[in-house]
Amino acid sequence: MITFEHVSKIYSNGVRGLQDVNLTIGNGEFVSIIGLSGAGKSTFLRSINRLNDITEGEVCVNGRSVTKAGKKELRAIRRRIGMISQNFNLVKRSTVQKNVLSGRLGYYSTWKSILGIFSKEDYELANDALERVGLLDKLHSRSDELSGGQQQRVSIARTLVQQADIILADEPVASLDPITTQKIMQDLKQINQTMGKTVIVNIHSVQLAKQFSSRIIGFKSGCVVFDGTPEKLGGKELTEIYGRNILEEKEGAQDEA
Amino acid sequence: MRLKDTVHFNWYKHLFIAVIIAICLVASAGVTGADFTEVFGNAEQMSIFMARFLQPDFAYIPNIIGPMISTLQMSVVGTAIGVAFAVPVAFLATTTVTGNQVLTTVVRFFLDIVRTIPNLLLAALMVAIMGIGELTGVLTIAVFTFGMVSQLIYEAIETVDEGPIEAAESVGANKVQIAFWSVAPQIMSQVAGYTLYALEVNVRASTVLGYVGAGGIGVILNSSLALLQYSRVSVIILMILVVVAIVDGVSEAARRRLS
Amino acid sequence: MMGAERAMNNRKWKTWAAAIVTAAVILVSAAGIDYSGLEYFSASMAGEVFKGLTRPDWGFFYDGSGEDLVSLLLLTVGIAFLGTAIATVLALPFTLISSSNLWRTCPWVAKIGKFILNVLRAFPELVYAIIFVRMVGPGPFAGVLAIGVHQIGMLGKLYTEEMEAMDEGPVEAMTAVGAGFWQNMFFARVPQLMPIYSSLSLNHFEIAVRSASTLGLVGAGGIGAPLIFAIQARKWDRVSIILIGVVIAVFAIDTLAGVIRKKLR
Repeated sequence: MITFEHVSKIYSNGVRGLQDVNLTIGNGEFVSIIGLSGAGKSTFLRSINRLNDITEGEVCVNGRSVTKAGKKELRAIRRRIGMISQNFNLVKRSTVQKNVLSGRLGYYSTWKSILGIFSKEDYELANDALERVGLLDKLHSRSDELSGGQQQRVSIARTLVQQADIILADEPVASLDPITTQKIMQDLKQINQTMGKTVIVNIHSVQLAKQFSSRIIGFKSGCVVFDGTPEKLGGKELTEIYGRNILEEKEGAQDEA
Repeated sequence: MRLKDTVHFNWYKHLFIAVIIAICLVASAGVTGADFTEVFGNAEQMSIFMARFLQPDFAYIPNIIGPMISTLQMSVVGTAIGVAFAVPVAFLATTTVTGNQVLTTVVRFFLDIVRTIPNLLLAALMVAIMGIGELTGVLTIAVFTFGMVSQLIYEAIETVDEGPIEAAESVGANKVQIAFWSVAPQIMSQVAGYTLYALEVNVRASTVLGYVGAGGIGVILNSSLALLQYSRVSVIILMILVVVAIVDGVSEAARRRLS
Repeated sequence: MMGAERAMNNRKWKTWAAAIVTAAVILVSAAGIDYSGLEYFSASMAGEVFKGLTRPDWGFFYDGSGEDLVSLLLLTVGIAFLGTAIATVLALPFTLISSSNLWRTCPWVAKIGKFILNVLRAFPELVYAIIFVRMVGPGPFAGVLAIGVHQIGMLGKLYTEEMEAMDEGPVEAMTAVGAGFWQNMFFARVPQLMPIYSSLSLNHFEIAVRSASTLGLVGAGGIGAPLIFAIQARKWDRVSIILIGVVIAVFAIDTLAGVIRKKLR
């Protein structure tokens, strides 16, 4: 469970990232975050694992305060939260296996991990995760030899070996083609349904958000302006979020939004 | 669990590289007679040096302004001569204009050889042939610049847009005309940039050329070092630093204007 | 239209102004140079030099004494290799100190690191060689130290630039899984930087070979000393064979390093 209590974030250049955000995300939800660029979607996601510090309020994950956590505790919280992003963020020159195994780093001491000593169980965990995303045959390939969609699936596998309860996805499909996009979203949905993990996705496409999520949260200038099921998201709400009703406009207008 | 299933599956490759590097290290430590205890054994020499070095003799500055200026003059003239020769030779070093593969190969081989001669050795040789003096320094810098810049220019020529060349050919221009009217305008700003870059490198290099008698501030640097006048050495080095920084700054600003 | 034309004229004017200033600087510099050295130049002497240079002294090539061309070239390459190796190892901690992306919370540390690197780089190698000849006595080891210390500054600067320009995405991903600073370093940064760092070090090994062949001028070992003696004694056949040796050695090492660098990509 993730709770936000009166969370605000003001960047050092004065830009307001979040303004008094209060919400609770339960276990096993599939949440899509929508809104214009700069509305605070990324800031919201990144304050869950404290890649962004917040300026006010408190964020708790499974009852533990992320905001007040010390170095060691933060590490422990972070290893239970997976994150994938638009740029896949793989170490391109390392093998797929090493990239996936790096999801276990939070569980190892510095020395052991630097020497590359991973337990047999973790190697098996990595194999299982890669099998799940259908890339087991690429185990020893260099990550930059893979296509964009494959790289994104490697980064999903990385969150799987973390055995995280929560997966944060920051624009996971923004640099992928429509067919790969569907596949990646289905992978996330499947992980959400069969493994019961909470999935929170930042997404530009309202259609994808409606198609896959159980709950949609709309941001505008750092404030939550919509929070509800996909069915409740109609023309009026979209106008509130985007300043106009994009679903009724021509195809292609979505990309601009 | 077998090793080949782990992240260390290509350990033999890494081991191979490590062994080769280790062999090279041991061999070079052997031939050079490296003994690091000497460094610490003679630390007191170092502290004497540092103590005097940290008290720069600023009163000496007026004596070094003249040589510093002549160092700059040597660099400017040497760079200009070097670039003047480098441009036509660079045209010969590509097939873009001449279309002659044999000529290109020969010219490039010649340029490769020119570039391999370390500039201080070149200066020493020049001093032996031409005698001590600033002119020798100028020629050394010219040859050095020639080697460095001609490579940069021919690489630039290779990447020019072929369109204007074909257009000129179709109206019956000869090769010199093509070089002048189709290629030169395209590489002009790059040549200017490389020239400024060469000037920066040359100002640094010319400060030590005096060591072998090729004029400029290096002559004084050499004599101060020989006479153990470290407080003068530090003023000279400070001066060189300031001048190099100024030249770098001016040239960088000019290069930014160019692009 | 008028504006565009004026801008055009303005640019032309600026180009001409730049050309005139450049020409003036060159002319003034040329006028200021001391040409008195020319008096000592005589065509017959130059002819003698060239005659000597065309007749390399092959007897110097190898005689097993350790003071021959092959042994001295090997020594020169050894000086360069060890110097660059020391510089590579010591430049790494400096890189950690002076990369501003590793010191987000206290940027002044990186500034200090960069300042130290600038100071190290500022001294010409020759000056380091002179200092180290005093410290450890004349010989190749002084050359190793001179190249080592000078190249810490050079490599440290280049390493730092690469570190600061690197893709922070994977680093962030590692942070998000709960990796610490050193885990981040070895899993996200090192794999990305390793090839470019190796390439830079190889390139500086090439540069070091050139330097090492000149450091002998001040007694820091290598092929430079016999060369300067031969020049002073006007033994042009000896000068010739040494120059041929240096050119071939540098050429061979450049080619070899070039091949390895291509593999690294």
